[in-house]
Amino acid sequence: MSKSANAAAFVVLSMLALAAPALAQGKAQKHGFGIGRAATAAEIAGWDIDVRPDGQGAPPGSGSVKAGEEVYAGKCAACHGEFGESAGRWPQVAQGKGTLASHDPVKTVGSYYPYLSSVFDYVRRSMPFGDAQSLGNDELYAVVAYLLFLNDIVDDKFVLSKETWSKVKMPNAGGFFADDRETSEKAFWNPKPCMTNCRSDAKITGRARVIDVTPEDKTPRRGVD
Amino acid sequence: MSEDKGPKGTSRRGFLAGAAGLAAGSAAPRALADNVKNLPPNVPDWTRALGDGVAVRTYGNPSKHEKHVARRDVSWLTATPESSVSFTPLHQLDGIITPSGLCFERHHSGIAEIDPQDYRLMLHGLVNKPLMLTLADLKRFPRTNKIYFLECAANSGMEWRGAQLNGCQYTHGMVHCVEYTGVPLKVLLEEAGLKTNAKWIMAEGGDAAAMNRSIPLAKALDDCLVAYRMNGEMLRPEQGYPARLVVPGWEGNIWVKWLRRLKVGDQPWETREETAKYTDLLANGKARKHTFVMDAKSVITSPSPQAPLQQKGFTVISGLAWSGRGKVKRVDVSLDGGKNWRSARIDGLVLDKACVRFYFEIDWKGEPLLLQSRAIDESGYAQPTKDDLRKIRGVNSIYHNNGIQTWHLKPDGEVENVEVG
Ligand code: HEC
Repeated sequence: MSKSANAAAFVVLSMLALAAPALAQGKAQKHGFGIGRAATAAEIAGWDIDVRPDGQGAPPGSGSVKAGEEVYAGKCAACHGEFGESAGRWPQVAQGKGTLASHDPVKTVGSYYPYLSSVFDYVRRSMPFGDAQSLGNDELYAVVAYLLFLNDIVDDKFVLSKETWSKVKMPNAGGFFADDRETSEKAFWNPKPCMTNCRSDAKITGRARVIDVTPEDKTPRRGVD
Repeated sequence: MSEDKGPKGTSRRGFLAGAAGLAAGSAAPRALADNVKNLPPNVPDWTRALGDGVAVRTYGNPSKHEKHVARRDVSWLTATPESSVSFTPLHQLDGIITPSGLCFERHHSGIAEIDPQDYRLMLHGLVNKPLMLTLADLKRFPRTNKIYFLECAANSGMEWRGAQLNGCQYTHGMVHCVEYTGVPLKVLLEEAGLKTNAKWIMAEGGDAAAMNRSIPLAKALDDCLVAYRMNGEMLRPEQGYPARLVVPGWEGNIWVKWLRRLKVGDQPWETREETAKYTDLLANGKARKHTFVMDAKSVITSPSPQAPLQQKGFTVISGLAWSGRGKVKRVDVSLDGGKNWRSARIDGLVLDKACVRFYFEIDWKGEPLLLQSRAIDESGYAQPTKDDLRKIRGVNSIYHNNGIQTWHLKPDGEVENVEVG
């Protein structure tokens, strides 16, 4: 083939190549774009760790409060405290009952969490902090059972498993309601708010400097900021 | 305020900043003086010598003179820096786009360093064809570019009980606004094929927190993206490299970073992040949940406590406003703590669920002012006062504090975060 014939063939080919995608523009073919591949059951099983309120997704296994005490002492207490009261500044995970309507609410597994799954799913994916997803299923059931025990939700004989899942009654299960801002805060939809003489003269009632908790800024101040 | 040149060649600017610094006490930054060697009639070094050639700075950084422009944290807020927050220096920025490296950080278990070759996104649950996608796969899908704000629901959360932190970086710096490039989530869900009982999706991160949140299917099909670029470049590691969820107008916690899994289901998961956290505890002990949308909000970024005024005379008051319910329609500014208002000038792009920049120009004669701004969005929502919010929500809700901010501008140019009553 001569050089020019080659070039001509190339032009024709590239025109064809250009025409096809132009038709596909922004549209999936009948069965999608055909990008990626099917996820295998084994791949999914390794990452599919979420658990719902009804227990769907909970793994096989079980753990007693007694076994959980040991897991907790070895892997959790250093941060969360022997009784879940918090060691230093780490989150408190137990007690706090009856504080939610007070000036200093203490939100814990017992006082605030609405579902067993909310704590089980979280510990499974994220704790111990710094060694996530290291607990075996039985350890996981056990340590969550122990957290429930620390919060007076189960007694010291309790064994947590898929079978006993629905027996756990979380004290604050009824403590939540769906976003109602559009009704309870309807007054804020006010497209023509007051522009003049909207209030009495404003008086300063509080100052950040009095509180004095702002980090110091030692960087030189420049006129350009 | 003296217009004179200070002693030993200190400039007016440096002198004034120094004087203001004295008045401000310990938190005030050190003043800088001009170097007369660089000023006319002298010829500065940078005019005489050659500078760096090309390709010395292959992925360029800001000028070395901009080191003070930085994300900052508040160490007493959290037990450990791996589960903590650093704030956007709003007072040092202008326009609506946040530079990638200054976007605030909020991690729950530190920054995951993901090898893009080994990145996988799994999509499964109530779908016809569970999918496994590589980063290269993601980049082959049809893509779109959108500018959106992202605000952490806890932004201004320290201010519920009164003025606490002195600087808009700390009071409002858990917001940023960038351009995302990514695949509409709808495209990915359709590729997998939704089952008819699909109602919710769960997004999960690949970091050591494996953060997971539930999203109603209607939102997922509306405007969510799986983004891999911000401001044209690949996502920064601290923003979820190589891919994150974009959930326009909704609280930042849902914008799962280091996205590894999307699961389709028929009910919400009620994860720890959407029950024990990111729920709004009211005074009666009951809590609102699924408060996804970020209400309209604004803040004056300059002048502000970290950006005091250095001179009297013509002054541009500058600020940011945003709303999770659509476009910002108008921003009003008050100089007297909310008694009288005038509309500010919105400059630049006005986009759906993005930040807008507003300016309000005054001739400042050194009188004390109580500066406020108020955003009004296209749904007709007008940013409420902090007290109006407290009347409904009490002071325990931590999240979703979008009340009007007050800055007290003092005669020496210093600015303080205050509450007015
Ligand atoms: C090194 C310290 C550390 C250790 C050890 C640790 N945690 Fe945690 N835990 C944390 C931190 C930090 C958080 C909060 C993380 C966040 O929200 O970003 C947390 C959060 C929690 C929470 C949620 C608290 C809330 O208010 O929602 C539970 C429950 C919990 N941990 C259980 C455990 C259990 C069970 C173990 C042992 C298997 C464990 N933790 C080990 C540091 C630790």
